[in-house]
Amino acid sequence: MACKKEYVELMHKYLDREITRDEEYSLRSHLQSCEACQSHFHELKRTVTLLETTSKLQVSSNFTEKVMNHLPKENKRISYMRWFKRHPILSAAAVFFIFMFGSILSVWNQDSQLSVSKEKDLIIQGDTIIVPEGVTVEGDLVVKNGDLKVDGSINGDVVIINGEHLMASAGDVVGEIDQVNQVFEWIWYSIKGFFKEVFSLANIFWMVP
Amino acid sequence: MDTKIKEKIKLVKKGDHAAYEDIVSFYQNKVFQLCFRMIGNAHEAEDLAQEAFIRAFINIQTFDENRKFSTWLYRIATNLTIDRIRKKKPDFYLDAEVKGTDGLDMYSQLPAEQVQPDEEVESMEIQTFIQREIMGLPDKYRSVIALRFVEELSLLEISEILNIPVGTVKTRIHRGREALRKRLRHI
Repeated sequence: MACKKEYVELMHKYLDREITRDEEYSLRSHLQSCEACQSHFHELKRTVTLLETTSKLQVSSNFTEKVMNHLPKENKRISYMRWFKRHPILSAAAVFFIFMFGSILSVWNQDSQLSVSKEKDLIIQGDTIIVPEGVTVEGDLVVKNGDLKVDGSINGDVVIINGEHLMASAGDVVGEIDQVNQVFEWIWYSIKGFFKEVFSLANIFWMVP
Repeated sequence: MDTKIKEKIKLVKKGDHAAYEDIVSFYQNKVFQLCFRMIGNAHEAEDLAQEAFIRAFINIQTFDENRKFSTWLYRIATNLTIDRIRKKKPDFYLDAEVKGTDGLDMYSQLPAEQVQPDEEVESMEIQTFIQREIMGLPDKYRSVIALRFVEELSLLEISEILNIPVGTVKTRIHRGREALRKRLRHI
């Protein structure tokens, strides 16, 4: 078959989708007249179809896992970063609490000095603050790192941080007495204060028409 | 899809493992099939595909992001498979081209009666049969055929993957196609 080689070349060009229109025309007209080339072309097309329709084999289900187990270890920093990216709200909350507890604790640790919110008319005796008889403290009283002995009277709430209210005293306190002695109590007290402030602020805003 | 893959690759380059997991699950079947077509054994093909993914990860820094990731990955897989085939190659086989002839192999030296009897062909699953015939081809044709017909890649991509000129790819596809035509005509 003298015709074959040239036309077989065209058939492959056709299958590679690289045939020109003229070439395709000449191939088609040749195929109509040449039975040998026609069956050759048919067989080629069939081969291609068979190859393209091969069954889709799948890898075993744990393939990805196996690959991942063989990779070199991941940088710790990156896995943390990814965790933060995936949980933005939790990360924000975590950062907030770290700062909050940090600042509260540092305040707790900082001052171990005796301090009192109002010194007027009060007697300071070592670590004890004494409200003398006949003295009336107007408003709230906060005592840090010291005990409080009330012989007079207090017209408001009392908060004692890291100290004691000496109950033996016969004085009079109008309002609540709060004693804060542990770090956690201190934190709880700070948080309560924080929310009280928030609410009082909110109240102010609501009251404004 | 391409832009998504590119983003993932960037993450992988920074050392993100989870991003690579997505890459693996996206390409795993393609790479596996490519290896299978060339090596003809599912177990070995999976082994090779796994190796290809691990190598790609280790060498990810050398990958040029302006190029196509699949091309690079297939190249790794193809090279690994060809290496494996060479290691287990027998000294002599029927598909070796006879020197001085153009594309004639040792099969042409055998009497025609020994070609697959029809009954045997019918009893064999067609896919297994096709794969067996592909395995009968020399490996340089096998890799081209696998890339062309399993992944349906362009001639240009195949030439990039195998690092050979497009003209050579064409010649190999034509020869491979002719060889398979002869082998598959009696199905």
